[in-house]
Amino acid sequence: MQKSPFADPNAGPAPKLPETPSQTAGPYVHIGLAPHAAGCGFDQSTLGEKIVPATAEGTRIQIDGTIFDGAGDPVRDALIEVWHADPEGIYHTTPQTTTKQRYGWGRVVTDFETGSWQVKTIKPGPCPDPIGTPIAPHINLWIVARGINLGLHTRLYFDDETQANTADQTLLRIPDLDQRNTLLARYRGGAGTVSDPRRYRFDIHLQGAAETVFFDV
Amino acid sequence: MTRSDTIGFAPRDRDWHPPAYTPAYRSSLLRSPRRQPIALDHSTGELTGPVFGHADVSSLDSDLLANFAAPDISPIGERILIHGRVLDEQARPVPNTLVEIWQANASGRYRHKNDSYLGALDPQFGGCGRALTDQQGRYQFRTLKPGAYPWPNGGNDWRPAHVHFSIFGHAYAQRLITQLYFEGDPLIAHCPIVNTIADPKAVDRLIAKLDLTETVPFDMVAYKFDIVLRGACSTVFENRLEGN
Repeated sequence: MQKSPFADPNAGPAPKLPETPSQTAGPYVHIGLAPHAAGCGFDQSTLGEKIVPATAEGTRIQIDGTIFDGAGDPVRDALIEVWHADPEGIYHTTPQTTTKQRYGWGRVVTDFETGSWQVKTIKPGPCPDPIGTPIAPHINLWIVARGINLGLHTRLYFDDETQANTADQTLLRIPDLDQRNTLLARYRGGAGTVSDPRRYRFDIHLQGAAETVFFDV
Repeated sequence: MTRSDTIGFAPRDRDWHPPAYTPAYRSSLLRSPRRQPIALDHSTGELTGPVFGHADVSSLDSDLLANFAAPDISPIGERILIHGRVLDEQARPVPNTLVEIWQANASGRYRHKNDSYLGALDPQFGGCGRALTDQQGRYQFRTLKPGAYPWPNGGNDWRPAHVHFSIFGHAYAQRLITQLYFEGDPLIAHCPIVNTIADPKAVDRLIAKLDLTETVPFDMVAYKFDIVLRGACSTVFENRLEGN
């Protein structure tokens, strides 16, 4: 268990200032957060493009998905941030340097034509919660787009982690099995190497019968 | 680690933030989850976040007057300084955190392939910037005042001049995107996106105030915009456990 950056013994419960309210990221979020995707001459920025270093050890995975709106149409202008632990369950919180790349955080955008998105990274391991209970391997997702007034938090778990998922306290808190299953990425083959990553499918439904479970983080 | 050592965040006040479903802002109709989000006990993934450093940000990144322009050429528009502090709800500065902004140019046009507004692109203006806060949580950007622009919503809707802000904080639970508006803009009151926020006091937190003390004489006026992120609270997790 890493020390929280907020492990401040004086941290008090009484807020003095209200949180700044959220506003939608709008349709042009790419300019600010994924300039290479805006298609208008920004190509100098690579912040968030690579989620793990090319040399990182572990099981290589590739997740493909689409975000659907309540009419079943793909959302073509969304941005997803991912944040996940390494295979040992450790979240890396050291800054990037000229010689060491950041680990476990990155951004992907949905394709302007098809709405599909793809994440390539290393499969995270289980991480203990603050009282020591293991949390099943998962990737934290944060979704922003036009029409989303407050960024949506969800978790991507893996359907080939049956045992860990069965004991995961967050999954167990979702009584409806269909809803719980909205958080499972589906294994589609692959060995886990760079040339043959384990491939998963994870679609996100913002609304409707298959609405993904979102969290009040 | 004992339970009392655990740091967490109080749940967000969802009446203060805009709700997901805000029919007057039509894009929310089909993109708003209809079920209530499920409360999540904070674990390492929520209590940590990516850490950014000077390898991620250059000094030019916070100067939108220069970061896309040819040398010695200025983009067209009203030169402004936007500055402020990133604080938490306990009024403590949030140092070394990444602040990213993006905006339209002075004619209300974004440098984005999906924006086809009549307003002209300015070859000298990109419209994105980033900065790290200093030890006191301060940040600043040199930029242009963006133009207002029409958008497809109700037939005759206009966005007030605004700058998009993305802020990380030190924990993923603090992650926030919002928009800055400018004091005195008559379009603010008419904007369906602004009005997704119910409480006028909350809207006021998004209106940057003219700040004559930081104005650069014969160069640019200044606007002050402080940002408040959720603050850690040592007792929250324990309280949540009792609710299980």
